[in-house]
Amino acid sequence: MALLHTVNKSPYQCTSLQSCLQHVRAGDTLLLIEDGVYAVLKGGKAAEALSAANGVKVAALSADLKARGIGAEKMIDGIEVVDYGGFVDLVEQTDKTQAWL
Amino acid sequence: MSDVKKFLYVNRKAPHGTIYAWESLEVVLIGAAFEQDVALAFVDDGVFQLVKGWDTGELGVKNFQPSFTALGDYDVQKVYVEREALEERGLTEGDLIEMTYEDEDDDWAEKSSIRIVSREEMAAIMADSDVILSF
Repeated sequence: MALLHTVNKSPYQCTSLQSCLQHVRAGDTLLLIEDGVYAVLKGGKAAEALSAANGVKVAALSADLKARGIGAEKMIDGIEVVDYGGFVDLVEQTDKTQAWL
Repeated sequence: MSDVKKFLYVNRKAPHGTIYAWESLEVVLIGAAFEQDVALAFVDDGVFQLVKGWDTGELGVKNFQPSFTALGDYDVQKVYVEREALEERGLTEGDLIEMTYEDEDDDWAEKSSIRIVSREEMAAIMADSDVILSF
């Protein structure tokens, strides 16, 4: 059963991402939305933890990246950028969703 | 002008996830109208408020970043940004918007309002202010 995990809080202010990463399993997808997208910043402490998640597809919502001034050059490698339609696709492709509020 | 107090607005939240950043800006602009000694501090996730290049179109919310750059016109000349907070987040001064003011003591020369300070210096700035407003 593949899960879609969503994280919407800043990894620098909240333990949501940390908890999520402790519970994801290979084959799952992690989608970063709202302030959760700050985890993709290259050189940031949160990105180290994110990079260590093996076998997990990591995606980030483009509207939230753009609103925060996070362009491709600021992001670590391996992040799939999705739009709202892509968000829906991920929900469809996975069996259920776990929102780490 | 003995009534002038040193106001420090401490910003610790990212810009869009909560209303704090926007509310802080509103209060800063109101406070500036009372001719007090105003300074802004950006620590923790507050530094994200100054990261340039916002495009909020797809979110359907107002892009209030231009208001930061207008603060110089309201005589806000001191914007302290904590170096450690930037570094932890993989950011440098080059990632930040430009904020300037015109220095009346130097023939109205345009100068940067942003001052990158260490955590220790930030603590001293907090201790040195008369009033602290937290967002």
